[in-house]
Amino acid sequence: MTKNPRTLYQKIWDAHVVDTRDDGTCLIYIDRHLVHEVTSPQAFEALRAAGRTVRRPDLTIAVPDHNLPTTARQDAEGHLLPIADPQSATQLAALRKNAPEFGIRYIDAIDREQGIVHVVGPEQGFSLPGATIVCGDSHTACHGGVGALAFGIGTTEVEHVLATQTLLLKQSKTMEVRVEGQLGAGVTPKDVVLHVIGVIGTAGGTGHVIEFCGNVFAEMSVEGRLTVCNMAIEGGARAGLVAPDETTFAYIQGRPYAPAGEDWDKAVAWWKSLATDEGATFDKSVHIRAEDIQPTVTWGTSPEDTSAIGGVVPAPEDFADASKRDAVKVSLDYMGLTPGTRLTDVEVQNIFIGSCTNSRIEDIRAACEVLKGRKKADNVKWAIVVPGSGLVKEQAEAEGLDKIIIEAGLEWREPGCSACLAMNPDKVPAGERCASTSNRNFTGRQGPGSRTHLMSPAMAAAAAVTGKLTDVRELVGANC
Amino acid sequence: MEPINHVAGRAIPFGRKNVDTDVIIPAHWLKTITREGLGKGAFEAVKKEPGNVFDDPDYAGAPILIAGDNFGCGSSREHAAWALLDMGVKCVIAPSFSDIFSGNAFKNGILTVALPQEAIDRLLEVAKTDQIDIDLETQSVTTPFQDRFAFDIDPFRKHCLENGLDEVGLTMAQNDAINAYEAKAKAGLPFLARTPATAA
Ligand code: SF4
Repeated sequence: MTKNPRTLYQKIWDAHVVDTRDDGTCLIYIDRHLVHEVTSPQAFEALRAAGRTVRRPDLTIAVPDHNLPTTARQDAEGHLLPIADPQSATQLAALRKNAPEFGIRYIDAIDREQGIVHVVGPEQGFSLPGATIVCGDSHTACHGGVGALAFGIGTTEVEHVLATQTLLLKQSKTMEVRVEGQLGAGVTPKDVVLHVIGVIGTAGGTGHVIEFCGNVFAEMSVEGRLTVCNMAIEGGARAGLVAPDETTFAYIQGRPYAPAGEDWDKAVAWWKSLATDEGATFDKSVHIRAEDIQPTVTWGTSPEDTSAIGGVVPAPEDFADASKRDAVKVSLDYMGLTPGTRLTDVEVQNIFIGSCTNSRIEDIRAACEVLKGRKKADNVKWAIVVPGSGLVKEQAEAEGLDKIIIEAGLEWREPGCSACLAMNPDKVPAGERCASTSNRNFTGRQGPGSRTHLMSPAMAAAAAVTGKLTDVRELVGANC
Repeated sequence: MEPINHVAGRAIPFGRKNVDTDVIIPAHWLKTITREGLGKGAFEAVKKEPGNVFDDPDYAGAPILIAGDNFGCGSSREHAAWALLDMGVKCVIAPSFSDIFSGNAFKNGILTVALPQEAIDRLLEVAKTDQIDIDLETQSVTTPFQDRFAFDIDPFRKHCLENGLDEVGLTMAQNDAINAYEAKAKAGLPFLARTPATAA
């Protein structure tokens, strides 16, 4: 192996090369594969048609999330309730049949471990530092929060991994996003990543894998790092990574799939060796001062359309690039916003706290800090809090957070993707706005005609209370 | 995957330029769980046009589709290739293809043949009445009227198509290398090489 200084990404890559072709394409070994109901049916079908088996069912977990309703799933006798939408029902039934048939562990809709695939992986200790992790879903980048090289793949690649436990890949370029300094009060990991995407743009990371460096990420919790890496894909990158450290090890130890005993000691020793070497160079570097980051929201239909909450809706003329000007015009029209409007004057009718970006226990706690002892505004018609997994739900209920949520007038739901992409019945009505903790504000993402403003859980909770986009620091003071 | 050596038969003279994957198979067909049956949704919007070629009984089940420049642009959905296969199309001839589409087509055993516009114009004419022949071995497209058009194809792709090898099959042929990697990982990175499920 080369003695040249290497980045975290290069070290993980090098450790997983099965074969290198003349054109530089590598056959890369995949350590962990997560499967959900939307992108897997055709992959299983193809295996069956070719008489192939799953090479390593033990390195694979299947869990339904996208199509599940977030209302009750069982009747009083514990029987699964039917799924109303026939196509959703078919996809869910296919996974329930396929996974066990191929020897893969299947977590069912009513199991306590069920949840959004990107919440389940780290929570189970299935996602590990230095591992290569794939899933037929673009937000797989999320698992980079534990220091794994994780990225989304298409259905044919799902089939390829199921059959061979490998993928044919070309090495990506590396990009450093360094955030240093002291984050202000009320500034959360979600604000950091929204700000980063605002700075680099949705194409800023194209062709690259981002490593998030600097004291801000080193001091961040693992759950915060998962939030940040989750959105690396919105910055155009294939994956995002934070170097594993003591915080990571403490997070992983003792989880059901985590290594134990001798394996644990070996693992920690190796994980410690993965940090980017001094003198290693990145193909691209971006430096951001933590002090420049404010609680942030989006105003448009691209995740790069961000602004500090104290700002105003921009005008198309504010942008130098002609094609961006056109895009902003279309986007403001869709969003029903007038340039110059103060963001804190924008009213919202819907609140969604959930998604693989922000549905972990720290997110629910942050929302509850704001909701405690307060009530949802009257103009807010629909407000749901959707935990990322059954285990998050249990933990939140053990802490009494469900009561705070319900007393504030919000609904406490069953785990799943929900209104993040509205494949299940949770949709934002056309023309209405939603303060959402998810990761995409695309046209129609939360339902046809829906208008999404992305933000942190604390900010979404603040919007629930006031009925408008709100600077959370005005509600909870400087000590939050 | 079915090996392809020779495709002969009627060709649908579609000829349209910039056909995106939404035209090939609209988004509302993406919720399916099988690759089969997508042929019904293929070119759904075009089929609403009176007198369109897809409804012409002369071309029912035709194994060849002739299109214009930049075929398969737009979203990367693999369903586009599945829909064509389900219609019975084994070969698409056009002046150019989007990279993602031709990659997806290849992965699913569809031959994409790029020919200059003049050749396409001639083939569109012939297709109205007669059948067209594509021979992969000699890399040529011929008609009953002595037309002969040579085409280029990447030798690796040619080899895979002729032998019905898909990427999964090719990687499976590297089983020894994968076994060797796994043995090495078991010793060096045991915590990644197994999970409690394996240990049990
Ligand atoms: S929560 Fe949203 S982004 Fe995450 S996996 Fe589900 S649909 Fe995708």
